[in-house]
Amino acid sequence: MIERFADYMTYSIIGLAQGTALADAVHFFIYDTIKIFLLLVTIIFIVAVIRSYFPPEKTRKILSHKKQFIGNILAALLGIVTPFCSCSAVPLFIGFVEAGVPLGVTFSFLISSPMVNEIALIMLWGLFGWKIALIYATTGVTLAIAAGIVIGRLNMEKYVQDYVWKIKVGEMEAVRTSFRDKLVYARDYTKDLMKKLWPYVVVGIGLGALVHGYVPTDLVVRYAGPDNPFAVLVAVLIGVPLYSSGAGMIPIVQALVGKGMAMGTVLAFMMSVTAISLPEAIILKNVLKMRLIYTFFGIVTVGIIIVGYLFNAIL
Amino acid sequence: MEIKVLMSCCAKLDAVVEQAVKELGIDANIEKVTDMQEIMKYTMSTPGLVVNGKLKHSGNPMPGLERVKAMIKSEV
Repeated sequence: MIERFADYMTYSIIGLAQGTALADAVHFFIYDTIKIFLLLVTIIFIVAVIRSYFPPEKTRKILSHKKQFIGNILAALLGIVTPFCSCSAVPLFIGFVEAGVPLGVTFSFLISSPMVNEIALIMLWGLFGWKIALIYATTGVTLAIAAGIVIGRLNMEKYVQDYVWKIKVGEMEAVRTSFRDKLVYARDYTKDLMKKLWPYVVVGIGLGALVHGYVPTDLVVRYAGPDNPFAVLVAVLIGVPLYSSGAGMIPIVQALVGKGMAMGTVLAFMMSVTAISLPEAIILKNVLKMRLIYTFFGIVTVGIIIVGYLFNAIL
Repeated sequence: MEIKVLMSCCAKLDAVVEQAVKELGIDANIEKVTDMQEIMKYTMSTPGLVVNGKLKHSGNPMPGLERVKAMIKSEV
């Protein structure tokens, strides 16, 4: 149906001749814009309803005093559904540690939460298909589990700021909400997010459309294609200090894939931008000593680089 | 009435609360809480709204003017 609407708009309303590069680009733009927006609104709303059942207070209770492995796996999975913005990283970290959530388990949560988010997944799904989205989610969660276990094994509790251990919080109850409240929350959340998101989405699809219609590919293939052994390394090192949500990433990713960048390199780049960033380091400095921040960033960076090479080898 | 706004870096809930109190025309003492220890008494997700010691809202997205009014009125 969307296909037919795009046909109608392109060939009848705008009046472009079928088969030209311009018509191709316009058709792609109309089709993708409608498809992605429908996907986004529907899925963000559903995810928001699901999320309203997992307030951080509940996650904290589930994870408290959990053992390694099980704790890390749970934390990485809960990271996907627990609503959390980087502004709340400090109270969340203190709250977790204070409730007896092991340090490594807390990190599994902190890694998976920004990296595996529903927007990145939907956009990946819409633009590259569900297989790529699934691969991204699975690797993201696996990476969060593995990095958390490693950090846990290193016994770095002494590199948490001392005052954190002194804060006593006690029981916390999430605000009780009815199903109606949850729907209102989901509606507000969707509206809020779409307001922030739509320019990125339109620009992203626009870029994709241009690439689709016009751009030659040999240049990017030469530098970022599967045959350049340094592509993953360079992409990740560029991505680490950058900060952007999944949505902001997609325009760039879309353009690069269109020009022939290898998929493993693309996924690694996206992970490095969403998982860790300079602003996050500054926020975490409130609760962690530098040595632990370096360790955290180091382990995650190495993990992402491995993921990139792995996928370039098998995809 | 005692109102505490648990401050966040990414949402300006205090402005909405001030507007709500003004429109409701009630006598309220609004305190903007930034101290982590104090915020953590109530919640881990900011911004938060505490009315007469009861947590009425926490986390993003923050509630709009009408919902904040309703939250305050429920404690009058």
